[in-house]
Amino acid sequence: MTAAPEAPTPGRSAPEVAIEVENLCKSFGGRRVVDNLSMRVMRGQIYGFLGPNGSGKTTTIRMLCGLLTPDSGRGTCLGMDILTQARRIREHVGYMTQRFSLYQDLSVRENLEFVARVYGVPEPEKAASTALKRLGLEGRGKQLAGALSGGWKQRLALGACILPGPDLLLLDEPTAGVDPKARREFWAQIHDLAAEGLTVLVSTHYMDEAERCHEIAYIAYGQLLAQGTVQSVIAAAGLATVTVEIAGAVGHEAGLLVTRLARELSALDGVEMVAPFGTALHVSGRDPVALEAAIAPYRGDARLVIRADAPTLEDVFIDLMSRSKDELR
Amino acid sequence: MSALTATVGFLRRVGAMIVKEFIQLRRDRVTFATMIMIPLLQLILFGYAINTTPRHLPTAVFAHENTDASRAILAALRNTAFFSFVKEAGSAEEAEHMIRAGEVLFFVEIPAGFERALRRGDQPQLLVAADATDPVGSANALAALAGVVGSALVRERFVDAAGAMPFEIVQHRRYNPAGTSQLNIVPGLLGTILTMTMLIYTALSVTRETERGTMESLLSMPIHPVEIMLGKIIPYVLVGIVQAILILGSGMILFGVPLEGSAIFLAVATLLFITANLSVGYTFSTLAQNQLQAVQMSFMFFLPSILLSGFMFPFSGMPLWAQWIGEALPLTHYLRMVRGILLKGAGFADLRVDAAALVALMLLAMGIAVARFRQTLD
Repeated sequence: MTAAPEAPTPGRSAPEVAIEVENLCKSFGGRRVVDNLSMRVMRGQIYGFLGPNGSGKTTTIRMLCGLLTPDSGRGTCLGMDILTQARRIREHVGYMTQRFSLYQDLSVRENLEFVARVYGVPEPEKAASTALKRLGLEGRGKQLAGALSGGWKQRLALGACILPGPDLLLLDEPTAGVDPKARREFWAQIHDLAAEGLTVLVSTHYMDEAERCHEIAYIAYGQLLAQGTVQSVIAAAGLATVTVEIAGAVGHEAGLLVTRLARELSALDGVEMVAPFGTALHVSGRDPVALEAAIAPYRGDARLVIRADAPTLEDVFIDLMSRSKDELR
Repeated sequence: MSALTATVGFLRRVGAMIVKEFIQLRRDRVTFATMIMIPLLQLILFGYAINTTPRHLPTAVFAHENTDASRAILAALRNTAFFSFVKEAGSAEEAEHMIRAGEVLFFVEIPAGFERALRRGDQPQLLVAADATDPVGSANALAALAGVVGSALVRERFVDAAGAMPFEIVQHRRYNPAGTSQLNIVPGLLGTILTMTMLIYTALSVTRETERGTMESLLSMPIHPVEIMLGKIIPYVLVGIVQAILILGSGMILFGVPLEGSAIFLAVATLLFITANLSVGYTFSTLAQNQLQAVQMSFMFFLPSILLSGFMFPFSGMPLWAQWIGEALPLTHYLRMVRGILLKGAGFADLRVDAAALVALMLLAMGIAVARFRQTLD
């Protein structure tokens, strides 16, 4: 290409958009895994991709980097068509698979050099050395990748992804099975990369990680159920939540009371969800008036402290999931 | 707990295991197929295809005279089923070329004035040249020859049944005069060992990646399937060359295997053969779902390669259908080439058909491998 590649061509997304897909569908053996999914991710954003197991997160990520062909729908990734330009997309995308997928029987350095060579990074040995230094793996260059602990493997996998200098990172549950300290360091690194202009799409199960993202999308049963900032997703859910705390009992008695209350409350009209948190219960409902009516009889109980609360992201997601399940039935 | 309930519990768990194993086996179609195919193949191949007493060995005739005696001899040889006259040679040189190219295994020459000498009681000579690179194939046929010719001449009343044989058969064992088995087996082993190792190496290569999850990563990288294939094949080409040098070197030192033909032609043929086998292995690799299946497929290919290529048993002794299977195997063509080059001094002109077949088989396997290799996880 001799023409200026930066010039936006008609039909393509604006340059500040990293991912834009419309109505993506994918079925496996007659089961629809991704159902009419549309989303847009801006450049430089950390975009959280949340949803239960088997909700279609991995399938969507694989379609974005050309590993799977959508049955229908269209979209662009870094301005390139995901249907026709998969080869070129791969050159600019770093994909970190859910399962550790570097060569276990190669050393840390050999893995990095392999990646550097495949992507055509100049001076692969030097690039690997730089990456080792950046990852804090200098002393472990000769260690076999398979012999690393979970946290180090994850760090190495991320290092291998960013080594060729991609514009977009697709991370599929990168922190599954990693200890809290390593997770925190990992997220610090993700934020540094985003600050450098990288776009990061990261799928996760952890609610605390969702809150570290600039924007989130919640997907269940292949459908995108909510999208936006954490605050806007919570607000849009329109969920009313009350915390019922047991103050007048301790120990075993308190535990029994929590369990009994949870059972009683969840059977009431107007209560959609009851979740225990220690000696407190998160009680949520979609209709604040009905919820209040359900709770009212308990207000007289001296052992209980009842107060209005804001729903958590988890409350919202579980509600979204059960709602979409109801609709599907 | 009573002994009875313990036994019932034991049987229940064992039963559950058996059911589970059957379900898994039914789902693993390749394992299932090989479990049936290997014994079946062995039965069919050993039972029908392999015949240590070869029949219809291709033979050329060069008769200097057309007399009752020469016709009687040829008719008798035809009737034995040992020989099959495929060619009539116009000259001794032409017959010689036919043997070198492997078109015929025998060449019978009836000299001029044979019948007249026979009637006069002059003990005329009948020349029989045999390609003895395959000692098993030629020895039995040669042994039968004298009797067959003798009884034919008795029947035609050229000679008296009671008297001694009024003629002499001069046998020429070509290329392996002592009938040493090693001379035949070393080139054969070269081909067989290369088939085995080259197949297994590459058969595992792609399935290993898929099984360990590294394929997903590899596919997300900007690398083309052909690049992946070549990257996986080329290292083994080098391994194959080292193996070939080792086998040939020790064959020459230990058994005195000669190199009658061109070393360069041998090297080219071997390189072709190695690449053909690697391509076949790679094709299996793209078809198999796991490493075990890949190994099983390799054996499915290896078994007929050993039995039907002419390595263990004379190729011409097999029925036609078995020969057709043999022609589709790279080892068959390589064996003809390597035996021809090492023992007979055959050149490209003699072996061009086998060389072309080897190239064709290699390209076919490579084509299937590239077409089968999926660039996506769909």
